Amino acid sequence: MNQLDFAAVLVDWPLLLRGAAFTLGLTAIATLLGLALGIACARARTHGGAVLRAVAATYVELIRNTPFIVQLFFIFFGLPSLGLRLSSETASIIAMTLNLGAYAAEIVRAGVENTPRGQLEAARSLAMTERQVFLRVVLPPALGRVWPAMVSQIVIVMLGSAVCGQIAAQELSYYTNLIASRNFQYFVANFVAGAAYLALAVGVRQLLTWAGPRWIFGRVAGAGR
Amino acid sequence: MVDFSVWQILWNLLLAARWTVVLSLIAFVGGSLVGLALLTARLRRWPGVATAVATYVQVFQGTPLLIQLFIAYFGLGLFGINVSAWVAAGVALTLYASAYLTEIWRGCVDAIPRGQWEAADSLALSFGEKLRHVVAPQALRIAVAPTVGFLVQVIKGTALASIIGFIELTKTGGMITNATFRPFTVYACVALMYFALCWPISAWSKRLERKMRRDR
Repeated sequence: MNQLDFAAVLVDWPLLLRGAAFTLGLTAIATLLGLALGIACARARTHGGAVLRAVAATYVELIRNTPFIVQLFFIFFGLPSLGLRLSSETASIIAMTLNLGAYAAEIVRAGVENTPRGQLEAARSLAMTERQVFLRVVLPPALGRVWPAMVSQIVIVMLGSAVCGQIAAQELSYYTNLIASRNFQYFVANFVAGAAYLALAVGVRQLLTWAGPRWIFGRVAGAGR
Repeated sequence: MVDFSVWQILWNLLLAARWTVVLSLIAFVGGSLVGLALLTARLRRWPGVATAVATYVQVFQGTPLLIQLFIAYFGLGLFGINVSAWVAAGVALTLYASAYLTEIWRGCVDAIPRGQWEAADSLALSFGEKLRHVVAPQALRIAVAPTVGFLVQVIKGTALASIIGFIELTKTGGMITNATFRPFTVYACVALMYFALCWPISAWSKRLERKMRRDR
């Protein structure tokens, strides 16, 4: 039983693959929603009224100064007592989105605040509305400037999603645990999972670094630079 | 079901928070020592060391802390070491912190102009003297803010030790929940505790960063 049996773990590769796909799915959804939330919060903190600013700032500080696992448990175990019963998948997505949103807000804000004055003046002189100025002139190059930091944060959120297995969301670490509980190869299973996460992290980083300028902020920003 | 008042919940969590603090300090101090050793090895420019340290950093930053904790927990057992949650969490968090700290500090050392190294060389300072008298004083000034900021990440990281059975803030929250069936209140209190621990440190780090930018 104490022998390191990699074959016993790797024979269950379809489960690992399913888990990895689930992790990627969670990450993809949380990335899209979290980015939107982060941009909205950054906008609220730079352009909003006093109340909106305070709300956004409180949200960002609360999330950034508490552990993800506590946020997840609060959502999954705590909210049902308010009558809000969530599936483990929904709870995971909400927790990951809220978590990423808070960090993304700070990252986007750093990019937005570094917008050259001349760009704003030029945009306003073209009679663009404030909304157009933000979405078309300020945001795309701002995202471009902070994209490396954003990609790192998305990878951190993906790795953090390993905790979601604890509430039985069927992602990679959930299946790792399942496989290990069948053959007692706890060390080997986690070692393999670690390697899989490392590959996912490298892959997602490369993909986002490549995709960012092409699809997320490049079209409009390319014209401006 | 046991009846706990909110004050009793907070009091018990406060007692548990001591172990979160102790584990954070162990990881932070241990991580600093290992991180510093790795950084020094890297600065000596021994062949192969830079690649080895870079790989080490990549592995710890590219895998979930949870998996690192499991590997430490089950891996140390393979060597016949009787692992308590203390040892496993201490080792895993120390290594985790060392990888991040060595990378943060490398950035700080890299920020020092080349001329400083060359000037130190021209004074025939030994490697140790160069670090002590020329590089460290300048790098430390830049390093303080991000290092303090990372302490917050370590404190939050210790929450994962609850999963391998380390009884700290999060684990205690789970235990109180099981006794009281009031997860909403309990986890809100747990979050509040972490916030009370982390927020002042975050604010301090931010202030240091602003001050540094002003000084330059």
